[in-house]
Amino acid sequence: MSANAQMATKYKNSFLKEVEEQVEMGEWVKMCMQCGVCSGSCPTNFHPGWEHPPQEIFMMIRAGKREEVLTSPSMWMCTSCYNCIVRCPRKLPITHIMHGLANYAHRLGVAPKMQPTRHFAKLFWNNCVHTGRVNELKLSMGLYFKDGFSQGIKNGMAMKDVALGLLKAKRLNPFELFGGHKCKDQNGIHAMLKKARELEEKRKALKAAA
Amino acid sequence: MAKKEYAFYPGCSSQKGASASNYLTSVNAMCKTLDVKITEIPDWNCCSASIGYAEGGELPRHVLNARNFALAEKHLPGQDIVATCAACWLGARESKERLEHSSVLLQDTQEALKEAGLNIKAIPEVRHMVEVLIEDLGWDALSAPVKNPLQGLKFAGYVGCQTNRPFGITGENFENPMYLDKLIETVGGEAVPYDQKVTCCGGALAFSEPDKAQAQIKDIVESAYDHGAEMIVTPCPLCQANVEIYQGQINKKYGTKFHIPVLYYSQLMTVAYGGSAKEAGLDGQVIKAPKLEAIAGKK
Ligand code: SF4
Ligand code: SF4
Ligand code: SF4
Ligand code: SF4
Repeated sequence: MSANAQMATKYKNSFLKEVEEQVEMGEWVKMCMQCGVCSGSCPTNFHPGWEHPPQEIFMMIRAGKREEVLTSPSMWMCTSCYNCIVRCPRKLPITHIMHGLANYAHRLGVAPKMQPTRHFAKLFWNNCVHTGRVNELKLSMGLYFKDGFSQGIKNGMAMKDVALGLLKAKRLNPFELFGGHKCKDQNGIHAMLKKARELEEKRKALKAAA
Repeated sequence: MAKKEYAFYPGCSSQKGASASNYLTSVNAMCKTLDVKITEIPDWNCCSASIGYAEGGELPRHVLNARNFALAEKHLPGQDIVATCAACWLGARESKERLEHSSVLLQDTQEALKEAGLNIKAIPEVRHMVEVLIEDLGWDALSAPVKNPLQGLKFAGYVGCQTNRPFGITGENFENPMYLDKLIETVGGEAVPYDQKVTCCGGALAFSEPDKAQAQIKDIVESAYDHGAEMIVTPCPLCQANVEIYQGQINKKYGTKFHIPVLYYSQLMTVAYGGSAKEAGLDGQVIKAPKLEAIAGKK
């Protein structure tokens, strides 16, 4: 059984309970009073493309719409602007719940496949933990080549002026491709992150088993 | 001995040849004038920024920050951590708060840190450079070294999100923070009022969803122009890059004629303190700032 099916079975009577136990800050969802301030404050709301603003997502969680929530691209559009958090009358850590939901859907493998921010987030994390420091050039290259080689060249060309500007200002270093900045204790960093991931998974499994 | 000493967390974007290297150049010059000593935390690592949640999850994200806390405690005992990047500051402060709040998270964090031969005793304070300037040095100390006031120049102080929310600078209002305007005025410039001061530029979505982020950036730049600003000033490397480097693409898309320099507060201060264009990192502007260069000391 897939990780997703396992969780769906375990929590079949309550998606809210699943969110409370498995999602970062999920225990806050029940505190929402549906006032809509977060939705009105969210910058992604001003432009088309935002499927469900936070208020709606929280309502859907309570209504048990598991599939619809976890496969939604909405959480991935959060820009981490924290507008919602500072305005919520109930003090919900909305930004973190949105991030937590995205992470949960991503781990279960049900988040939308080619969602660009999901793709970018994965690249970013891998890039940053590989050497302990972000390599901006490899990061952009990875992003441009998401949809294959020829599309990558096209994307790169579209960004040519931006890149040239940075290059001239000495804010982009072509030699980053062959190394770049790094931490000395990379082994320590890798070991510590592996342990952290194990511990986190263990705690979540314990909750699901209880 | 320097007046104040801090454990410095520069962040990836401020490294040599990276997108905010000119920020670091100007911070170094500014700190020298103000007699503030910043010592890099040895072997510091990236915090994974605000986008780290998706692949990293909760504990690994806090552990990344915790490693920096442990290194600062070990090598620079008793010093507050100071960050120049708004996202580094926010991420680190968030981790500090969560770890101090939850004994379970702290216990797991210690266990993970052991793998890197480290541990935490007491997490140092985590400050943004702007807090250090305002709270530890104070406005009088910031205006005292001004030699070349930026008289007659009009700036739009673009505060953006992450130095303002959710923590903010003490005493400030989320909807209309004044600290950046005050910094501009302290060095003799004029801060124009405009309505996009705390609008989000799209953050990391500038990379993954450029159309959405550029629509936000367009609103910000347009409003700065409409209110008579000649330059934009920011406290955050990603805000700076986002608002500066996509102006050309926005012009193509919307038929606008944007060409407005976007600077860091530390560049204004360095110039006002008598620093050269080079010391202020003005050679690092993608959109040059000739009016500031004209005031900068020749060296
Ligand atoms: S602002 Fe808070 S209480 Fe209101 S709808 Fe959003 S999360 Fe719920
Ligand atoms: S932090 Fe995310 S959810 Fe909250 S207002 Fe900003 S973009 Fe919307
Ligand atoms: S927030 Fe950005 S600059 Fe700061 S450490 Fe993280 S990745 Fe590097
Ligand atoms: S304005 Fe943009 S870059 Fe600056 S802190 Fe907000 S999201 Fe990040």
